[in-house]
This record gives sequence, structure tokens and C-alpha cells, in this order.
Amino acid sequence: MLEPRILEVRTKILKKNDELARSMREQFVDAGVLVVNLVSSPGTGKTTLLRETLSRFVQSGTRVAAIVGDLETDNDAQRLMQSGAPVRQIMTHGCCHLEADMVQEHLQGWTVEDLEFLFIENVGNLVCPTSWDLGESVRAALLSVTEGEDKPLKYPGLFNTSDVAVLTKVDLAEPCEFDREAALKNIQLVRPGMPVFETSAKTGHGVQQWIDHLQQKRSELIASGSVAT
Amino acid sequence: MHELSIANRLVEIALEVAENEGAEAIEGVTVRIGALSCVHNRALAFSFDLVTKDTPLEGAELRIIDVPVKVFCVACDREVELPGIQRFRCPLCDTPSGDIRQGRELEIESIEIRDADKATAEP
Ligand SMILES: [Zn+2]
Repeated sequence: MLEPRILEVRTKILKKNDELARSMREQFVDAGVLVVNLVSSPGTGKTTLLRETLSRFVQSGTRVAAIVGDLETDNDAQRLMQSGAPVRQIMTHGCCHLEADMVQEHLQGWTVEDLEFLFIENVGNLVCPTSWDLGESVRAALLSVTEGEDKPLKYPGLFNTSDVAVLTKVDLAEPCEFDREAALKNIQLVRPGMPVFETSAKTGHGVQQWIDHLQQKRSELIASGSVAT
Repeated sequence: MHELSIANRLVEIALEVAENEGAEAIEGVTVRIGALSCVHNRALAFSFDLVTKDTPLEGAELRIIDVPVKVFCVACDREVELPGIQRFRCPLCDTPSGDIRQGRELEIESIEIRDADKATAEP
């Protein structure tokens, strides 16, 4: 019997997903669409903030759509549709994260070129979505003040792959005795230089700054796309 | 448990490589898992055993190489290894750094294969 031999492979395990995500991102950038992947634990108020964000975009005449990943129900999609934006749901049937091919499949029938912004609400989970690139240009990690200020330290992997942090439910900061300084410090510890937006979908606090940031990111994306071509 | 999805992709790639090489059996798979990849080794090992059932990979050994995080420190002008993933500051001079050079790996390093025994006729 022959001796076993070692074969160097040196391949990314998520190669297929990475390659698909890369080609999707190219398509989005060419079309001038800013894609935002929202990640958080369940119960951060991600859907509420997204609904408020979509509503404001719709009111200002911005062409925006959303895809929402959910384990079973379509409650989130229903709530988001109240904004007037087109919304589609990805039923993950227990899968704890979205993958690029799920997003691609759910984009069918939409003309990407007609959009300016596309939001992807990932499954509520702070671990599993980390390694899956969805072709987004902005990954936003949401953290509610009710979750406590040490969350970034518990999930450094996710905060580290995110481009921006969004604090939600800041209207509840006082009753929750949220230590804002500690939270900001922890975010900077795991992701030095990360921009942070402090928002309340309920009072509207900080939502405009968050939207302005996304508008800014889209302008940068269009500038980078036109430079590349 | 996203480790199950990762194990599935891992097995797909290993089987494809082994087939291209004309391997008779796969004895082991070595993977490099970065500290920032959010993969739990035990969950990955468990998933690997689960998804390799009734495939040529059944019984193959999964070896996991843990890859620590390295960042570039501008003050020290060099790459430095971090002792953990909760503090992105240089362990030598305490300068913050988000310039990650290593630690996000999710890679197959190698597979250990046994070739089909065509050599039996030879001495
Ligand atoms: Zn240093």
C-alpha cells in the first residue's frame, strides 16, 4: 500500500461565496447602488431603525429597497413594507446567516440599476454572519443600549468586519443605566477608528446623521466607480 | 450553527481536489482558522464528522491550525501579534491599530491523500 502524501491546497473555504459576492459588488458599484448589510443580535430594534430609514428615503424620493433575512415568519418584512419601499424576505429556515447566493436569488425581477440604496437585514445573530460577504459596500453592526456596553468585547469578530457601528434605542439609555463612554471605548478597542452613530428610531435622534453618512458613502462609491472605469 | 455550512464547503473542496488528483482515499484535512473568523473549533469538528458520513472523507482526520491576529503598528513600524481579539492595541507600545494583517483566515491548508495503488505490479 502506498504511503499517504500531503497535498497543498491553500484555498479559502468560502471561495465560492467570496467570488459571487465580489461579482455582485462590482455590479452594484457599476449601477451606483450602495448596499448596506445590517447585522445585530435579535431585539436590537434593527427592523424599527430600518423602517425609519426606509421611510425617510422614500419621502425624499430616493429609490431604495430592502431584503430581510428571517428564520421563519414574515413579520419583519410586513413591518418594513409600511415604509412604502419594496421589500423582499429571505426565509432562512433555521439557517443563522445569509449567504451571497440567497441575496442574488432574491434580487431576481428587480432592476438593480433603478436603485440608489439596497438594505440587507441579516438574520439576528452576532456570530454567524461574520464570514459571509454579501457583496455589500457597508456593513453596519447595530447595538442597542439595552444590550449593555460590553457587547463589542463579546463579539469582536463581527464588530471588526463592520465598517460602522450604530447604537440603537438611545432614548432608553438612562433607564438602562447605559454607560455610553464605556461603550464607545469598547467599540474603539475592537475596531480603532470605527464611526459610531447614536440613534433612536422612536424619537428620531441621530437618524438623519446616519442617513447623511450613507448618502456620503454612496457619493464616494460613485466617485470610485467612475475613476475605475 | 454556521460551522455546518463551513464544513459543507470544506468537504466540497476537499472532494474536488482529491478527485482531480485521482486519490483513492483522503486521510486528513488541515485547515487554518483565524481568531477573528468566529468559528468554534469544536463545532467545526463536530460538523465535519457529521457531513463526511458516507462520503470518501468519512473517518478522515480534521486538523485545525489556530491563527492568531496580527496587526501592523505604525509606531513600532512592524507587524505585532495580539494576545487576544478584544483589544486592538499594540502589545508593545499600546498604539491602537485596525490594520489587520492576519487572523481572518478560513482556509484549507492541505489534504492528506492516499493514491490509488497502481504500482502493485512493479517491484
Ligand atoms: Zn507598537
